Amino acid sequence: MSGVTRCSIAALVLVLLAQTALAQKPHVAVGSKKFTESVILGELLTQLAASTGAEVEHRSELGGTRILWSALKRGEIDVYPEYTGTISKEILGAGEAATIDEVRGALTAEGIAVSAPLGFNNTYVLGMKEELADERRIRAISDLARHPDLRFGFSNEFMDREDGWPGLRRSYALPQRDVRGMDHDLAYRGLAAGSIDVVDLYSTDAEIEYYGLRMLEDDQAYFPRYDAVILYRSDLRGRASEMIAAFSALEGTITAADMTAMNAKAKIKRVSEARIASEFLERRLGVQADRPDVSAWQRFWVNTVEHLFLVTVSLAGAIFVSIPLGVIAARFSGVGQAILGTVGIIQTIPALALLVFMIPLLGIGAAPAIAALFLYSLLPIVRNTYAGLHDIPRPIVESAIALGLLPSQRLRLVELPLAARSILAGIKTSAVINVGTATLGALIGTGGYGQPILTGIRLDDVGLIMQGAVPAAGLALLCQGAFELAERRLVSKGLRIKAS
Amino acid sequence: MRPQFVPPVIELKQINKAFGATRALDRIDLRVEPGQTTVLIGPSGCGKSTLLRAVVGLIGLDGGTASFEGSAISAQSVRALRRRMGYVIQEGGLFPHLTAAENVVLMARQLGWPEHKWRGRLAELAELTRLPIDALDRYPVELSGGQRQRVSLMRALMLDPHVLLMDEPLGALDPMIRSELQVELRAIFRRLEKTVLLVTHDLDEAGFFGDLIVLLREGRIEQQGTLEELVHKPRNEFVRAFVNAQRSMLEPPREEPRS
Repeated sequence: MSGVTRCSIAALVLVLLAQTALAQKPHVAVGSKKFTESVILGELLTQLAASTGAEVEHRSELGGTRILWSALKRGEIDVYPEYTGTISKEILGAGEAATIDEVRGALTAEGIAVSAPLGFNNTYVLGMKEELADERRIRAISDLARHPDLRFGFSNEFMDREDGWPGLRRSYALPQRDVRGMDHDLAYRGLAAGSIDVVDLYSTDAEIEYYGLRMLEDDQAYFPRYDAVILYRSDLRGRASEMIAAFSALEGTITAADMTAMNAKAKIKRVSEARIASEFLERRLGVQADRPDVSAWQRFWVNTVEHLFLVTVSLAGAIFVSIPLGVIAARFSGVGQAILGTVGIIQTIPALALLVFMIPLLGIGAAPAIAALFLYSLLPIVRNTYAGLHDIPRPIVESAIALGLLPSQRLRLVELPLAARSILAGIKTSAVINVGTATLGALIGTGGYGQPILTGIRLDDVGLIMQGAVPAAGLALLCQGAFELAERRLVSKGLRIKAS
Repeated sequence: MRPQFVPPVIELKQINKAFGATRALDRIDLRVEPGQTTVLIGPSGCGKSTLLRAVVGLIGLDGGTASFEGSAISAQSVRALRRRMGYVIQEGGLFPHLTAAENVVLMARQLGWPEHKWRGRLAELAELTRLPIDALDRYPVELSGGQRQRVSLMRALMLDPHVLLMDEPLGALDPMIRSELQVELRAIFRRLEKTVLLVTHDLDEAGFFGDLIVLLREGRIEQQGTLEELVHKPRNEFVRAFVNAQRSMLEPPREEPRS
């Protein structure tokens, strides 16, 4: 590169830096959990933040409390809606429900600030169908102790939270044995279909009225208060003080009836969370915060790009690492067994668990998902590279040696071309698994085809689920086809034709 | 007849090789003289292929010394020495992903031969081995067994080696093609004045090719000499029995091809 070009590039960089410094807008990321109310609250925060002129990104539908909390502490998100009961039991691990002041004190030390309550208490309740409750004369949770045959279906998070089923069972000495963990949104379907009798609900859930459910009284006051609050990073005060002021407008503004109505609008009337939030802000706070609805095609395009990004990067990395690993495994039998064993063990870790393991190391978003998908893609490629090389007939290897080819020449000119078909088959398997597994990435905020699936499950919208599932299946088939074409290019004709 | 001071191409002194409890080579002494065809023969498992594989460095020795044109064959030296050896095995050992021509010129191109040089050599070898020109662009799977062996021989001859090491080169062919190729092979050896070390299990073939025949059993040399000597002056019972078992050698000698 000549001196002149180098100078002009440096000048260009300086100009760009100056421009960004002048036009600097605060950039914030809002998070929300993967249930509708959290997404609506997240949308409210996003639009309020946007109304102060900030650049805002809503990372919606991230898994559960732990994912959100660690993302907040790491600064991957700046703010998200939470509930006081969840903070004291799940985050602080306190035995007793803490007051809001105690919570505030504890979180300040972590660099996290807490708003005043937004107005409603979305506590856990247990619910069952009115008719069944009447028939069994069940009014309160303590009445359940007399009916050990009832089948419980609880949301996965409730099953193992400290303020969930384990504590509830102890407090009320509940005898039921048929207790299953499932997705919160699927629990309603199970209840309607009669396959379960009792579910955990959020008291502001829209379905309570819709399905005609009885909320059982918490007569021993087991559940703490779950006042909705806003958690945000304390450093936001310095970066975007106007935004904090805008958030405070929500304090004490949302009643339980408001929240239930908003939930019902989203889940039963299928109105988008963005629209629900902007209507609420305009009506109550007079805030004009336009968040135009994204068209289905735009969303599809974005999901496609996100999905392809995950698959391409993780698969390319896996190919780059696995083929050398397979070669080493084939060359040195001792190390080889260790390599094959290790990648084999990685494959036995459930996909979701692997994703969650990555969060403490890499945070949320594409990085941990790519790391997990990368690890998942190793085995088929390593194993097929190993097998492809290992299965080359002895006389051919010996002919190559006797011909005087050096080991590196042998590998490049004889062994890898002969193993090419097997290696490609391994890559193809990895690609297909990868495309499917990548849909789980939506749980940790990667987007992709998993996003409509996740939203579809949450909103009980089969059409939306299909918008993710069908393209994911299509992409898998496309990958398969692409690799079959690649095989024609990369595998020698001499290996493809049959002896006459 | 040969002056004494010409060194042997291959000289083995007291070489040993064991696979577990089996002695594959047991104190073997052998000299392969320049321009001669030396044939190793014996029943299965006698060590004849092992001996060839030791010379080309596919297996290491447990004891004794092996040398090629005066330099010791060792793990370090053998890579360079292999360029002066041509190795042909029973099924040819052709690389299935390369065409016949690509198989033949692979090593020359790796050594950086200019294109006109390797193309010229390829044509010369095709003519020598009488391989049809159109067969050069076919893959091994598309060739007949006889053509595969011709290509394998071309590949072994490409760098003009000082010795041809052939492990049952005709063993997988049917009898008609086999006898046709025998005649051609011997003509080629004579024309090129190549030193050849050839393994066979067939005494008839050994007699046809061999200036010197080396009969092995269980890793040891039972007798070495001309076919005449083996037939008429067997050194022991085993040699006599081996010769008698292969009666086909009593057939009248074949016509030599005109060359």
